[in-house]
Amino acid sequence: MGRIQLNKVTKTFGDVEVIPPLDLTIEDGEFTVFVGPSGCGKSTLLRLIAGLEDITSGSIAIDGNDATDVPPARRGLAMVFQSYALYPHMSVRKNIAFPLRMAKLDQAEIDKRVNNAASVLNLTDYLDRRPGQLSGGQRQRVAIGRAIVREPAAFLFDEPLSNLDAALRVGMRLEISELHKRLATTMIYVTHDQVEAMTMADRIVVLRAGHIEQVGSPLELYRAPRNTFVAGFIGSPKMNLIEGEEAAKHDAHTIGIRPEHIAVSADEGPWSGVVGVSEHLGSDTFFHIHQTGLAETITVRADGEVSFSHGDRIHLTPRADVIHRFDAGGLRIA
Amino acid sequence: MARTVTSQRKALTTAAAWIVGLLIFFPILWTILTSFKTEAQAIASPPIFLNFDWTLENYAIVQDRSDYMRFLWNSIIIAGGSTLLGVIIAVPAAWSMAFVPSKRTKDILLWMLSTKMLPAVGVLYPIYLLFIKLGLLDTRTGLVIVLMLINLPIIVWMLYTYFREIPGEILEAARMDGATLKEEILYVLTPMAIPGIASTILLNFILAWNEAFWTLNLTAAKAGPLTAFIASYSSPEGLFYAKLSAASTMAIAPILILGWFSQKQLVRGLTFGAVK
Repeated sequence: MGRIQLNKVTKTFGDVEVIPPLDLTIEDGEFTVFVGPSGCGKSTLLRLIAGLEDITSGSIAIDGNDATDVPPARRGLAMVFQSYALYPHMSVRKNIAFPLRMAKLDQAEIDKRVNNAASVLNLTDYLDRRPGQLSGGQRQRVAIGRAIVREPAAFLFDEPLSNLDAALRVGMRLEISELHKRLATTMIYVTHDQVEAMTMADRIVVLRAGHIEQVGSPLELYRAPRNTFVAGFIGSPKMNLIEGEEAAKHDAHTIGIRPEHIAVSADEGPWSGVVGVSEHLGSDTFFHIHQTGLAETITVRADGEVSFSHGDRIHLTPRADVIHRFDAGGLRIA
Repeated sequence: MARTVTSQRKALTTAAAWIVGLLIFFPILWTILTSFKTEAQAIASPPIFLNFDWTLENYAIVQDRSDYMRFLWNSIIIAGGSTLLGVIIAVPAAWSMAFVPSKRTKDILLWMLSTKMLPAVGVLYPIYLLFIKLGLLDTRTGLVIVLMLINLPIIVWMLYTYFREIPGEILEAARMDGATLKEEILYVLTPMAIPGIASTILLNFILAWNEAFWTLNLTAAKAGPLTAFIASYSSPEGLFYAKLSAASTMAIAPILILGWFSQKQLVRGLTFGAVK
């Protein structure tokens, strides 16, 4: 079980309020991702849940029990750190066994659970090595192994993949998602990478300056961002935000249109502009269009077969049914 | 900019290093040599370097006249005891300063160090009186306590520096894994800091071993360590250079041997953190 409730939680460091009063409930078994730009307080929030930082006011409950003043060791949560934080002087076996040893389990049970975790994570051949002799991906697996053996109420991940190279990151992303499906344990995952957030989460919590900007499923956030911040943050490449005359036509201060919702054409379309940089991904091409009179740059996603050269004047057609409208305060107009 | 080191330049540097090394070592060498001379040869002018009649007579006399083993044992107890006690007290102190610093941590560290800047003689009188009151005069317990206190700032500072190099996340991981504070320090911090703790122990053992001011002032016959043993051979009448040298050689030999075997560890300890 792992239902985590934050009740008017605040955190200040000296005079700086990092987390203004915040309410949030994370349901049992849910994969929740905290996402936001660096400095938005997402890691602090995770550390408050872990108990590694004391909250300034408010309360935290785990499975209905007040955990506000419970030390991290007794919250029944497991954490995977960005730096992996393995014990360098212990073998992989001892690293994974450490939480069990601290829980004073008997040796037979410890061995059974360690071997089990090692086989799940493909670490069996490495049990007698030291962390220093492992690759980044293997270290990450050891860190996860150390977390799963305890069968915690919830897993906390603090940007666990940011030290891995791109290929490994995709692989580990799948492994963690797979692990969540199998264990069905609550997971809270902090990242600044919206792709990780979109692909892994059941529910995303978008944070900015300690405030929750929006909570919802990945597709809810994609389809109906609550404000221009979420609109710009979720989705890759970023949503185009257009102000002024064009927005006024839609009775809005700002309108947003995603790059994938704009059609390009050599000769017809209501908007026009000059092609700047083109990014060819093979399957898709992203065109950065200038001199449209709408915004400095309009990004458009087109099929990989479409080809324009730098400096070409082209025409754009936005899909009318997926134009997002925002008011002067940046809030979504329903 | 890459600098090429010519072999000539390298030879020069090596020679210079040897000269400096020998200059530093020369007094010790001279003491050792003198200990094998007769008293007359020891004060001969011009001084005799090597071509004297090697003799072990001084050692025999020194051994005869005073109980070297008792002084040695006192030195081991005092240096070892004060170092061990100091480390036991300093590990938690350094832990808190390195990992949960407060606004005043830096001040406390500096204040602790400032006690080392005070001339020891400034507190001799109060400590001497305290020792009389507490019945600690000329006891090994008294010296263990005083030397531990004298060296504690250095132990805390050294451990603090080593602990700062240990990533805090690893200790947090231990906390998340269910370790209590004691387990965290015992199973995670200490094993990771072993090289640092070892060089701290070594350096402090040497400092305590060589400490003369307090050992000479606070001991008489019973608890005197090897420093007192040497001092008992310096007499105003002179003409005992050879015996004094023999006593000194016997006093520094154990620490010299210890230092020789652990020099790698010591050098690493003293330059730790300088280059990352």
